Amino acid sequence: MTFYIPQDTTALALGADAVASALQSVGIEPVRSGSRGMFWLEPLLEVETNKGRIGFGPVTAKDIPSIVDALESDPARHTLYQGEVADIPYFKSQQRLTYSRAGLGDPVCLDNYQALNGFKGLNNALKMTGQQIVDQVKDSGLRGRGGAAFPAGIKWQTVHDAGKDGCQKYIVCNADEGDSGTFADRLVMEADPYQLIEGMIVAGLAVGATQGYIYLRSEYPVAHKLLNIAIDRAIAANFLGENIQGSGKTFYLEVRLGAGAYICGEETSLLESLEGKRGMVRAKPPLPAIEGLFGMPTVVNNVLTLAAISTILEQGADSYQNFGMGRSRGTLAIQLAGNIKRGGLIELAFGVTLREVVEDYGQGTYSGRPIRAIQVGGPLGAFLPESQWDTPMDYEAFAAIKAMIGHGGIVVFDDTADMAAQARFAMEFCVVESCGKCTPCRIGSVRGVEVIDRIVANENRDNNLILLHELCDTMEFGSLCAMGGMTPYPVRSALAHFPNDFLLRDAAGAAQGEH
Amino acid sequence: MGISQNEQQSISALVGQYTQLPGALLPLLHAIQSDLGYVPDSAVPIIAKGLNLSRAEVHGVISFYHDFKTTPVGRHTVQVCRAEACQSMGSRQLEAHAKQALGIDYGETTADGAVTLEPVYCLGNCACSPSVRIDDAIYARVDTDLFDDLMSGLLTEEGASK
Repeated sequence: MTFYIPQDTTALALGADAVASALQSVGIEPVRSGSRGMFWLEPLLEVETNKGRIGFGPVTAKDIPSIVDALESDPARHTLYQGEVADIPYFKSQQRLTYSRAGLGDPVCLDNYQALNGFKGLNNALKMTGQQIVDQVKDSGLRGRGGAAFPAGIKWQTVHDAGKDGCQKYIVCNADEGDSGTFADRLVMEADPYQLIEGMIVAGLAVGATQGYIYLRSEYPVAHKLLNIAIDRAIAANFLGENIQGSGKTFYLEVRLGAGAYICGEETSLLESLEGKRGMVRAKPPLPAIEGLFGMPTVVNNVLTLAAISTILEQGADSYQNFGMGRSRGTLAIQLAGNIKRGGLIELAFGVTLREVVEDYGQGTYSGRPIRAIQVGGPLGAFLPESQWDTPMDYEAFAAIKAMIGHGGIVVFDDTADMAAQARFAMEFCVVESCGKCTPCRIGSVRGVEVIDRIVANENRDNNLILLHELCDTMEFGSLCAMGGMTPYPVRSALAHFPNDFLLRDAAGAAQGEH
Repeated sequence: MGISQNEQQSISALVGQYTQLPGALLPLLHAIQSDLGYVPDSAVPIIAKGLNLSRAEVHGVISFYHDFKTTPVGRHTVQVCRAEACQSMGSRQLEAHAKQALGIDYGETTADGAVTLEPVYCLGNCACSPSVRIDDAIYARVDTDLFDDLMSGLLTEEGASK
């Protein structure tokens, strides 16, 4: 029997190391795998038996003796028994492409990665010209998964065509996953880091770049450790460096750590930060594809975009293109978070509705109270009331209701949520995280907090409401990037759908003390 | 703030290691902070000279990023997540409790120098909120009781290592 216990951040945060120690104390050396993303079952102990790979979860160290006993008789009788892990409905109903390997084995084991179809995409790419790779990506319909959903193939074509022959170009992976409610990038980096590395090498081959950087947020210490191990092993096995697998091609890769600035998830701010400067947003044009890192042509893609490249090159553009709806092709990594009973990573083709995700997968709130609002797409995403939960998860369908899918994070709030306090927080977050370049963002957010406080305190309410709407317009249209430009989305949606929360509450009102 | 001769030398040695690296300033600042626990003001001219930058540029970068500290911090850094997913699970009460239990506000250090308390915006553990980070370890589903247990665990650990 082989035992697996994850070394994923969430599993560790719930006591996976103690479970591993308990296993070791009874003479069992577990494989430290990645997570499958079913975080409500973490720490999920998986055991490869002659009856299949079965799971127990969530386990604590003190459950180990009884689980070991149960394995010798009838595992199904243990209260934490989850059956065959691959048959758990939450998992089985997903369409896993990017996460097909997540949780299966040791994430930094190269042999394991190659046994599970790893580096097949790279091997295909090594036989192609740069233009042929770019064409594959175009044909797949892949759009950037960071939030803006720009077609990846077109960005790559621009970098492919840019600059003089032989000029230095760069591949930059945006791993500054700062949106609350998102952990999809983290899961790739912690459960299947070679997939990201492979995608970046392919990107380098496609556009003629020889240097890559993964810009990783400092809030992800586990991912940092695993990425560095994976890169070292990939160098040792000649998947990185000079003359990759005897092809004559070169690609170097390095992880660079951010320093706790949300704005550095914005691509131009990220490039400034990589250059060693303040993370101030740049005006576009010039596009980073033409003048990016150190002024040279640069592909900046999100972790999930680059990870998908491995699948596309392995299985072909057509296969990937077959998933999804409309102009949203492939799969979406949905991250179910916040006040939710069964939170986790759900990879599905585009088109599933929000209600299906939170009710069927999520099984409602963790608190057991009714859901009141759902925020999709991070701190700059709108708060959606129940009337909008039947919207299919598709970039265009969300844009049509003034919402965004963004990076696919879903944060659920129960009926105790105070939406005026959430609107105030949206402005407050912008105060803390604005880079300061655009006045509407830098100062507008400060004024936004003040105006919301006055509205809730019933000071000159009607005029202040008008002022808040005008302030939102100024921020939206007068800011260079989404920080100032989209902070109004959660604010306006809270005002539109939960107006009563902005009324003055009596002295006993719970919300009163927070303002 | 004055630093010792040794610290001065270790900063100079680190700067020397990073002069050839493209975009060296952030990696260098991380290295100095991981060595000394903070980036002293007196490091600024050494860094500026080594990387051929102005002191204003170096200061500007240090002050831009939340991670970089210019004064010594506690022996442990405790971060409470303030982002939306954690708020939906009661992090506002948790942060109030943390401040009260430690007797300090965000950005402050306990009188015994054990703990610096900071806000953080998302630890990527949003399916099992609220989250707290203590040094490099992250904890999930932290309620006020678990927070108190974690803090007394820190103090016990410190006592044991003395």
